[in-house]
Formats: sequence, C-alpha cells, structure tokens
Amino acid sequence: MKRATQSTETPQVGRSVPRLESWLKVTGRAEYVHNLRLPGMLYGKIFRSTVAHGRIRRIDVSAAQAVGGVHRVVTGEDVRRLIAEPYFGPAFHDQPILALDKVRYVGEAVAVVLASDPHVAEEAAHLIVAEYEELPAVYDEVEAMTSKAIVHDALKPAGTFPDLKHVKGRTNTNVALDFRLRHGDARAAMEKAHHVFEHRFRTQQVMHTPLEPLVSVAESTESSLTIHTASQSPSFVRIEVARLLGWPENRVRVRVPFLGGGFGAKLYIKLEALVSVLSLATGRPVKISLSMEEQFFTITKHASTFRIKSGVRADGRIVARECEVWWNGGAYADIGPRVTQKSGFTAPGPYDIEHVLIDSYALYTNLPPAGALRGFGIPQLVWAYESHTDLMARELGIDPVEFRRRNLLREGRPQATGTVMRDAATDKVLERLSLLMDWEKPFEHGAGTLKRGRGIAIGFKACVSPTTSLAAVAVNADGSCIVYCSTADMGQGSDTAMAQIAGEVLHMAAESITVVHSDTDVTPYDMATLGSRSLFHMGNAVKLAAEEARAKLDALRKELGLPADCDIADIFKKKYGMQAGNVTGTGSYIPTYKSPDANGLTDNATPFWMVGATGVEVEVDTETGRVRVTRMVNVADVGTPINPRIVETQLSGAAIMQLGFTLLEKMQFDERGQLRNASLAEYRIPGFLDIPAVITNEAVVAEQRTGPFGAKGVGETGTFGVSPAIANAVHDAVGVRISSLPLTPEAIFMAMQK
Amino acid sequence: MRREIRFSLNGEPVSAQVAPHETLVEVLQEGFGLYGARESCAQGLCGCCTVLVDGRAVSGCLYLGMLVEGAEVVTIEKSKDLDAVQQAFVEASAFQCGFCTPGFVLMTRQLLDEMPDPSEDDIRHYLAGNLCRCAAYPEIIEAVKLAARKRRKS
Repeated sequence: MKRATQSTETPQVGRSVPRLESWLKVTGRAEYVHNLRLPGMLYGKIFRSTVAHGRIRRIDVSAAQAVGGVHRVVTGEDVRRLIAEPYFGPAFHDQPILALDKVRYVGEAVAVVLASDPHVAEEAAHLIVAEYEELPAVYDEVEAMTSKAIVHDALKPAGTFPDLKHVKGRTNTNVALDFRLRHGDARAAMEKAHHVFEHRFRTQQVMHTPLEPLVSVAESTESSLTIHTASQSPSFVRIEVARLLGWPENRVRVRVPFLGGGFGAKLYIKLEALVSVLSLATGRPVKISLSMEEQFFTITKHASTFRIKSGVRADGRIVARECEVWWNGGAYADIGPRVTQKSGFTAPGPYDIEHVLIDSYALYTNLPPAGALRGFGIPQLVWAYESHTDLMARELGIDPVEFRRRNLLREGRPQATGTVMRDAATDKVLERLSLLMDWEKPFEHGAGTLKRGRGIAIGFKACVSPTTSLAAVAVNADGSCIVYCSTADMGQGSDTAMAQIAGEVLHMAAESITVVHSDTDVTPYDMATLGSRSLFHMGNAVKLAAEEARAKLDALRKELGLPADCDIADIFKKKYGMQAGNVTGTGSYIPTYKSPDANGLTDNATPFWMVGATGVEVEVDTETGRVRVTRMVNVADVGTPINPRIVETQLSGAAIMQLGFTLLEKMQFDERGQLRNASLAEYRIPGFLDIPAVITNEAVVAEQRTGPFGAKGVGETGTFGVSPAIANAVHDAVGVRISSLPLTPEAIFMAMQK
Repeated sequence: MRREIRFSLNGEPVSAQVAPHETLVEVLQEGFGLYGARESCAQGLCGCCTVLVDGRAVSGCLYLGMLVEGAEVVTIEKSKDLDAVQQAFVEASAFQCGFCTPGFVLMTRQLLDEMPDPSEDDIRHYLAGNLCRCAAYPEIIEAVKLAARKRRKS
C-alpha cells in the first residue's frame, strides 16, 4: 500500500483516520517480537518454583544438562557470577533475575534451559530437581500487615522516588509503602455527621492476558546488547539493564515493534534482564516466549481490600470520608508502591468532601507479582467508592444520580490533595450518562424468575506525574515526514494519533507520515507507554517537535527567498542543488508537579484528570444467579478527541475488559499458593457471547487546555465505572449486595438465599 | 524422525521436512516464514492460530503438521490485495493490537461462505471461538455486516 506524500489544508486532528498499520494487521504481516528468529538463536525454557515461600537448598540440573541438544542450564547462582547484585524493579530493587537464596511464590523463575530446539529445552526443564526448606507464607493483603511470614528480609527501594527513601533497610515488615493523606479532620467531622456509613469491599487478583504472551530476544557482543522485546517501556529497559551490567546506556539498544496487547503487563523489566544475561553468558542470541500459562506467574493486577467510611449531613452532603486500602502486591513490588500512592490519593472518589483521611498500603505477599493493569489501581478504588455511594443513596432514600449530583467534585474545586480540578468535566459526564440511560423515566424491573435492574457509577483518575516524553520530527528533501518516538503501539492507535498531531502542524495528511517504532538507538527517551499518559505527554512532545521543524522550514524558505506557498521539496532543491538534506525538530515535554507533603497534600498533583462513567441495565436469573448485561453506556471526558473512532474503540474495549474482571475472571489459588486456573480454559476472558447486546460510548464535548489540540488520555477511562455499575444494577434487580469481585452466579445466588 | 510431506500452500505446491510432534503453526513459521497464524493460548480456544485446511478452519497450534500431507492449506498471507472482509475490518476499525485479526478474518470468510447474510446472533455464535483481548467485538460485528454487504454487491 503506497502512501503518497501530500500536503493538505484538511484538518488532521478530529478526523477518524484509519490506523496507519491497517494493511499490515489485516494481512497478518505486522511485525511482532513473536515472529523474530536470529541466526544461531537459542530458546530458553523456564523451570519454576513449586513452593510459595522457601529457602533454596539445592538445584540439581545434571539430568537436564545431559539431554542431547541442551546447550546450557542456568540458575540464579550462575547469574550472580555475572552480576553481583542481580535485582531489578522500578520502585524496589527486589526481584532477582532468577531466584536467589529464596523463592517467594509458586511459579517464580528458578532456572532456564537453553537449546536450539524449544521442545528439547522444555523437555529438559522438566528434569530439573529443586529442594526447598519451606517457610511460612502469607497470601492475604490484610493479613500481610501483621503476619509473621515476612516476604523480604529487608526493603530495598530503588532510590528513584523520594517518597520511598524512608523505608530503605526496614526489616520485619511486608509494608512496601504506607501512603497517608490528611485533609481537614475526618474523625472529628465524622462524629458530627447525621449519618455514618462504613463498608468493606474486595477485588480479586486477575491477569492482563495479552494474546501475544510476553516475549523477549537478546543478542550480544562482548561490549553491546540489543534487546528486541514486546515492551511498553523501552527507555526503562535500557536504563535498568545498563544499570544491572554497570554499562553506559549507549551500549544497550532496545527495539520494540508492534505489541500484541499490553494493558500494563509489558512494563518495566519482565524477561529483558534474563535474556540479556543468557545471551551474554552464551554469546548467542536468546529468545524466551512465555506460554499463556506462564504469563499468570509473571504479572497480575492487585487484589485489594478497601474499608470506606463516610459521614453524611442531613441534607445528603458527604462531609467526611475515611479510606483504608490494602494492595496485594505479590512477591515483588513492581510498580505497586506507585499504584498505592498515585491512585491512592483519589480513593475518596470524584466528590467534594471537606474532611478526608486516606491510608493506603502496598503489601508484599507470596503470590505472583502485581503491577499496573489498565487503570493503575483506579478500577479497584471505584469499585469500592461507587458501591459505597450507591448503598448510602439507597439508605438515605435519595436517587443515586441525585445523590452524586449533590456531592460531585466540580471544576475549580480542590480535590483531597488540595489540587484544584481543571478541565475535568465530571458534571457533564454524569448528566450525559443520566440522559443516555433515560434515568428520569420509569424502569421496568421484570417479573417471574427474570429480574431487571439498572445502575450507574462514575470514577476519575489523576494521570501519574511527573513523567517525561521526547520526540523528533524529520522532514525529508521530498517533503515527506518521519516521527521518531518511543511510544509503543500496542493497539491503542498511538502511531496514528502521533501522525495526526504532526500532520496537523505540518499540513500533511496523517496517512503520508511514517512513525518510527521504538529503537533506543534512534528514538528519543520516553518514560513509558502507560497510564493513558502517551497521547498527552508524547502528543505534546510530537507537537513541539513538529512546530520546530516547521519553524526551521519557514526560516530556510525565507532565507532562500521562496514564496510562502512553495513546495517543501523546492526549499531543499534550492538549498542543496538537488534532492538532499532534511530538517529535524525536537520536542521535550514534562509537566509541572509538586510532591505531596507529609500529609499527602499538594496543589499540583497531576497534569490532567480523566473522568469516566458507566451505566448498565441487567437481567438476573433468580434461579441461577446469572447476570446478563443487556445494555451498557460509557461516557467519558477525553478532552477533544484526536481520532474519534479510535477513542470510541478504546472506551468500548476498556469497558468490555473490565466486564470480564467484573463477571468472569479470577485467579484461584489453593491453600499453598498454587494457582489452579492458569489457562484460558479455566480462566475465561470475555468473548462474543459475554458482551452486552447494546453498547453506547460517548465522549462529552470537552477540552484539555494543556493537551495537544485539547486532547488527553483515554486508554483506561472506560474501565472506571463498569464493576460498581453492574453491582449496583444487581442490587436494584434482586436486592442483594455483592462486595467482592467477581459477581459470579454462585455469589449472587447464595446471597439471595440469605 | 523427520519426514518429507507435500501439500499446497496458498495455491503453490510445496514440501517440508516435518517432525511428528510439530504443529501446523510451527511448520508455517519455521518452514515458510509465515507468521500470520500465531500461537497464543495453545489450547485451541482463542483462534489466533487459525489456518484453513481443505477449506475448513483449524486451530494450527493443535493441528499436527504431518496431517496436511496432500491437503490445501490457506493462510492469511495468501493475498496481498484486501478482500471484502479485510476492507470491512479496516473501515469498521475492527481491531486494535492486530494479534487476533488474521483468525477473525479467516473465520469471517468461512462464515460468509456459509451464510451470506448473517444475523447479529449468527455472527456472535459463529465467531464465539475467537477471542480479542482488546475487545473490538462490537466493531467486528459491524465489520462482518459490512463485509456481507460488500460481498453481496460484487
């Protein structure tokens, strides 16, 4: 498919440009790391721990090593011979490249077999024998606060984050971070309130299940490494692998093609440090492709417990709120401490509450590590505070929409941190949802064994801050344009959006622009593709870079005495006498930010707020407890959409994913921490037969004034309201309240028997 | 242990040295550099590995390579020109990450061969064996309807 270079006055922003890579994807030719084979490449297969917590006594690899075709077997001790301190992580340097001294969860990587034939490596891995001295284990996040089972002997914060420094070296604790916020005096206000409500909610551990499982390839020379990886954070991979090796950044190159889904699973270091060490140890390219089963042992979403308490005045205004949240981080912190704080401070919800108290704890347990999953902790919080809101409205006899309306945190009002809400259309989102749901009209609750109910929920998120994005835009001698950025396109359509932004500035059709995929030798630094940050941060960087390129072209044109309407190609031809040269603009974006004080307060917590609300109508079969969502409406403030069609698919896709976490998905562990359902046969994700008959998605008319052309992030917004909206609708239908996810037919049926 | 088999691949006669344990996906990837059929769940539940064998969709991650001896094998790579189904997927924005898309395209073709004018219910049931974690399901339904209209017109 030839892409013509063309100049245009057609607006590029606000146009539903089909994804630039459409042809590649519908013909099966898109590049994924999954496809990559290198000459002489070895495949690694991982041998994993069978105990949840134990000291490693002995690892016998002799039988595996003896299998014909096995190149080498590598254990944690072999890694330690290459790297004295082989521990990585974005917040804590707590995770060993392969287990060292201890194992901390069932499924932890203990050894790797390398062979040219992956089947040989897999067969040999089964022959490894490990002996452990078992230690007491802890699985529940609340128990972990006081458990005698201690997952890590001492806490090792990475040093990157100032608010983690105080926990350095702490022993005898599973608390990786305790975030606190005190706004006003919640306890005193609670005593004066007319009504006090207290509830406790729980969310389950789930997994991202990108259909392209985690995969990384490393190739090395004596002094350099190239890592090809399905990663959302190439710049982080480069910096962290360089740190582990004691190398400068320029000796580690990280390449990322398309990702077959990410959702937060492919962040920070997953397999990258392991394949790097294996390649350096063998001098051969090494590839590790996880199976779907192994992904469950690699990264998950935090299970959580949330105790929420509100004091309400006689007129239905919430005046005080206490939030206590325990995050089950599993055996390694990953980004959990960030989730604890950066999401933790929004725990009171999008409500204008004068007195707020928050305690949010990141806990280590002996379960697979938890990180970010499409919402960075927000869906867990919204689940609790919007279930709580509904229960209060019911108890007070106030309509749920009206109760929210009375308490909503509106434009210009300070959020719990003290940061004033700007460009956050909470009211528009709520009102539009109410309208689309026909909320004011009577609702038929069904009859017989099929009861109907409806529910709504609204949530918000502060984009994680401060983070940095850099971009470059080159205009070639023929007038064609290339955008260089390290944002990973994992399906969210970032290539297309960045091309639209550059095209808008340069008056070029987005379809004619090439976006270079992450290659840290070529594309500039970017913090990561996460938390709906890229469109805003990288979008701003690309816009700045394109503006600089345009300014340079204009200056050159004037210098050469060419008319304003001349072709770009004419500028270069006149300057260099032939089709030669190019101009490059660069852009760098980091928002302003102020760290919270000891009370968790700051007047600049985030560069932008995301607002998402969902309404559903459900049918509950009273004989089986089965819930069918018959209608779903998702409304969001996404600022001004760059690509309305892609925005809609993002809202819809996020909501359906969250529908899976609401009705279907749960990682089930036995009493020894062994996962019982690590496959798509037993861990069911939503398919065609699970989705609502009618789904409506709408972005309200809004503008993020600091965003590129008024836009802000959208990838997570659709998830916010789904779970509590469904629980609220179930309550409306059959009068029972489920406070733990997922809402299985069994849970609903049993609740109805009480 | 390896044995030579002959079959037709995307309309061309080919041969391959295949071991008894190798799946059709492995044969296509290692022997022919075709990556459009890809293993994901490895249980035949997600449809990412869909390949047509003698005109029927099979799960290439479970289907043994040896079994295609003498068969006609068609993969997503057969043509570089977009057919009505692929055009409809592009126009309806019916994919995000694209990992599951070849499987959906092949199953949609098979669906429309059997039912030129499927109802929404037909579409949901016929494609229930294909998973999309990006959850572009509403857009896929739209794409299938659009493809059906395009095929009826031509």
